[in-house]
Amino acid sequence: MNSMPANYLWLIPLLPFVGFLINGTLGRRLPRGLVSAVALLFTGAPACLVVWLWSTMLGVGGPQVLQSAAQTWISITGFHVDFTLAVDHLTLVMLAVVTGVGFLIHLYSVGYMAHEEGYWRFFAYLNLFMFFMLVLVLAENFLLLFVGWEGVGLASYLLIGFYFTKQSAADAGRKAFVVNRVGDFGFLLAMFLLVMHFGSLSFSQIFSAVAAHPEWHGAAFLSAIALLLVVGATGKSAQIPLYVWLPDAMEGPTPVSALIHAATMVTAGIYMVARCHVLFDQSPAALMVVACIGAATAIFAASIGMVQHDIKRVLAYSTISQLGYMFLACGVAAYSAAIFHLVTHAFFKALLFLAAGSVIHALAGEQDMRSMGGLRSRTPITFLTMSAGVFAIAGIPPLAGFVSKDEILFQTFASPNPLAKLLWAVGLITAGMTSFYMFRLWYKTFFGELRLSPVAGATDAHAHEGEHDEAQAEHPHGVHESPWIMLGPLAILAVLSVVGGWIGWPAALGGNNHFEHFLDPVFASTAALHGASALNADQVSHGMEIGLAAISVLVALAGWYAADLLYRQKPGRATQLAQQMRPVYETLENKYWVDEIYESFLLLPLLMFTRGMLELIFERGIVNGSGRALAMVTRGFGWFARRQISGNIRSYAGWLAIGAAAVLAVMVFGHSLLVHL
Amino acid sequence: MIPIAYYLVLAAVLFSIGIGAFLIKRNVITIFISIELMLNAVNLTFVAFAHKWHQVSGQIFVFFVMVVAAAEAAVGLAIIIAIFRTRQTLNVDEIDLMNS
Repeated sequence: MNSMPANYLWLIPLLPFVGFLINGTLGRRLPRGLVSAVALLFTGAPACLVVWLWSTMLGVGGPQVLQSAAQTWISITGFHVDFTLAVDHLTLVMLAVVTGVGFLIHLYSVGYMAHEEGYWRFFAYLNLFMFFMLVLVLAENFLLLFVGWEGVGLASYLLIGFYFTKQSAADAGRKAFVVNRVGDFGFLLAMFLLVMHFGSLSFSQIFSAVAAHPEWHGAAFLSAIALLLVVGATGKSAQIPLYVWLPDAMEGPTPVSALIHAATMVTAGIYMVARCHVLFDQSPAALMVVACIGAATAIFAASIGMVQHDIKRVLAYSTISQLGYMFLACGVAAYSAAIFHLVTHAFFKALLFLAAGSVIHALAGEQDMRSMGGLRSRTPITFLTMSAGVFAIAGIPPLAGFVSKDEILFQTFASPNPLAKLLWAVGLITAGMTSFYMFRLWYKTFFGELRLSPVAGATDAHAHEGEHDEAQAEHPHGVHESPWIMLGPLAILAVLSVVGGWIGWPAALGGNNHFEHFLDPVFASTAALHGASALNADQVSHGMEIGLAAISVLVALAGWYAADLLYRQKPGRATQLAQQMRPVYETLENKYWVDEIYESFLLLPLLMFTRGMLELIFERGIVNGSGRALAMVTRGFGWFARRQISGNIRSYAGWLAIGAAAVLAVMVFGHSLLVHL
Repeated sequence: MIPIAYYLVLAAVLFSIGIGAFLIKRNVITIFISIELMLNAVNLTFVAFAHKWHQVSGQIFVFFVMVVAAAEAAVGLAIIIAIFRTRQTLNVDEIDLMNS
């Protein structure tokens, strides 16, 4: 069990932590080159370790599961938690995504952040995030996972509020943190229930206990645990009703949006549900909830994304929508499809964000798509790479997004869920919307005429993000292509977005579902449970799968055509349409007023309660009151004591005599008094 | 043999006189003498008990007290002289430098 790699598992999360310590403590005094060298070294090294891990575990006779030696963490009567790291195939996939995409984004950031204040701070936080994310995916028990879970939340908070002098950024960071706390509360309750029913938090112990009791299928306590875990997952993975923090999180620097709020951290909820699939498999109710939340979020966020003007916001709603797909896949027990989409999404969404960052960089901080346009010729490499991302997410074959999204739609259609056909239809409509808003972004950014005058762009940039002013000075000609250190990661991610899906090419289209079989050992129990229905489907009807794929490709092409019609062929048509459907358009543009509803129905009563009840009665009355009373008593004693310091020797002598008499009295009579009492 | 009670009563009377004088008198020298009186009242009880129990330690204790009292008297009188030289009075009610 304890082969060589297992002994070195702890190095994977710890290396970025060392990087964080170095940059966090000394970074301020180090030159920028050294800061980036440290940051890259301590994220590149774990990536190399992960490659080594892959080769060991996939080699002939390699172990299915690696587990580090247990180090006792908490040990009290009847309850025991260890510091244990474990790796199975699911963790391997996550590790590859986190370290691989993470390293590329670190590389990109070196170029993107080159002119920023607090350069060292940025990389210190980024390394801290890597540490916690790796702890999260490597954890072998719920508590250690929760450490990573909270830690990535902290890193996310720090990075969203990176421009902390800007009010909106500070607010967004706080919002993300508070909303995530709501979800974490559910996670905590789930852990309490787990401890209550299983007396343990270890994955292997809990899952084997559940597996040993098939009669627990549908038991209320399992459903309660699973539903509370879902609450946690909706917070972290930005699902209804806790998705509101993610669009605001775009206040952070763009590489952060790419790494944390698209590729890795937000997938933690999906990972957690997949990790706990044994629990969810035993609770059809929880699975149903997951599927419905996923489908609802997918279409809801996609509809908002169709009318947003800020390029990063479109991508943010797109992220929420794609996470909805992954939730949907989890909900129909197609966990490997969810993880597959997670991987391809990490590729193309990181690519899209980084390319958007490159666009923003080129336009000196401009994020509003209404001011963009015509960038195709001015930033050709960014255009090419972003096109790969757009085509991938829109689901145009044979790119990555097509393969993974189609897998989800097919699994949904074929699932035994009573609402399967409805969920599939929702997913299909969402696919069309996705294609529409992505091509809308593509046309508005890269085609037509540039709607930004260089001077206006420069001044606007200062107002907008307060960054890149030095970049302007270096590039007086305004719009410019980004440096190679930003384009390199873009190119790699673009290639991955194109070919990344081929690792899971479905059998129906002549592939072999390699990715799904790779995860088979992890989800074996699911296969056993649903064996009769969903997973046999690929033998049942290849014809149906091909038909469904054809339908979704047609829908994607329809979305493309609509965007082409509205934004390229007849540019004025879109505004006209918006005028005609004014109520719908306004509802979407204002994001269904969800933020406003939350504000007036949740935040306002809460604030009134705290201001009225807590501040007036508790804070001023009880806390301040008792403080004042204490002060008055002390002052009274002080006044009395001060009176005694008269300088009069005879009064001192009197007190001395009284004291001596008192001591004497206690010594002589005290004992008998005590006896009587 | 005189019962020990007599010694103790005498010592208590002497001690009380010492305390009374200490509290009532205003002259520093009188106060000083009353302290000596109290010390010697205690010495008397030591000696009385040492005699009664045939223990020599009580006697030795008395010597120690006398030595310390002599040293204390030397220092105390020196302080009193110093005070008299600066303030021209021996009335303790007027010596109140510590009164804030």
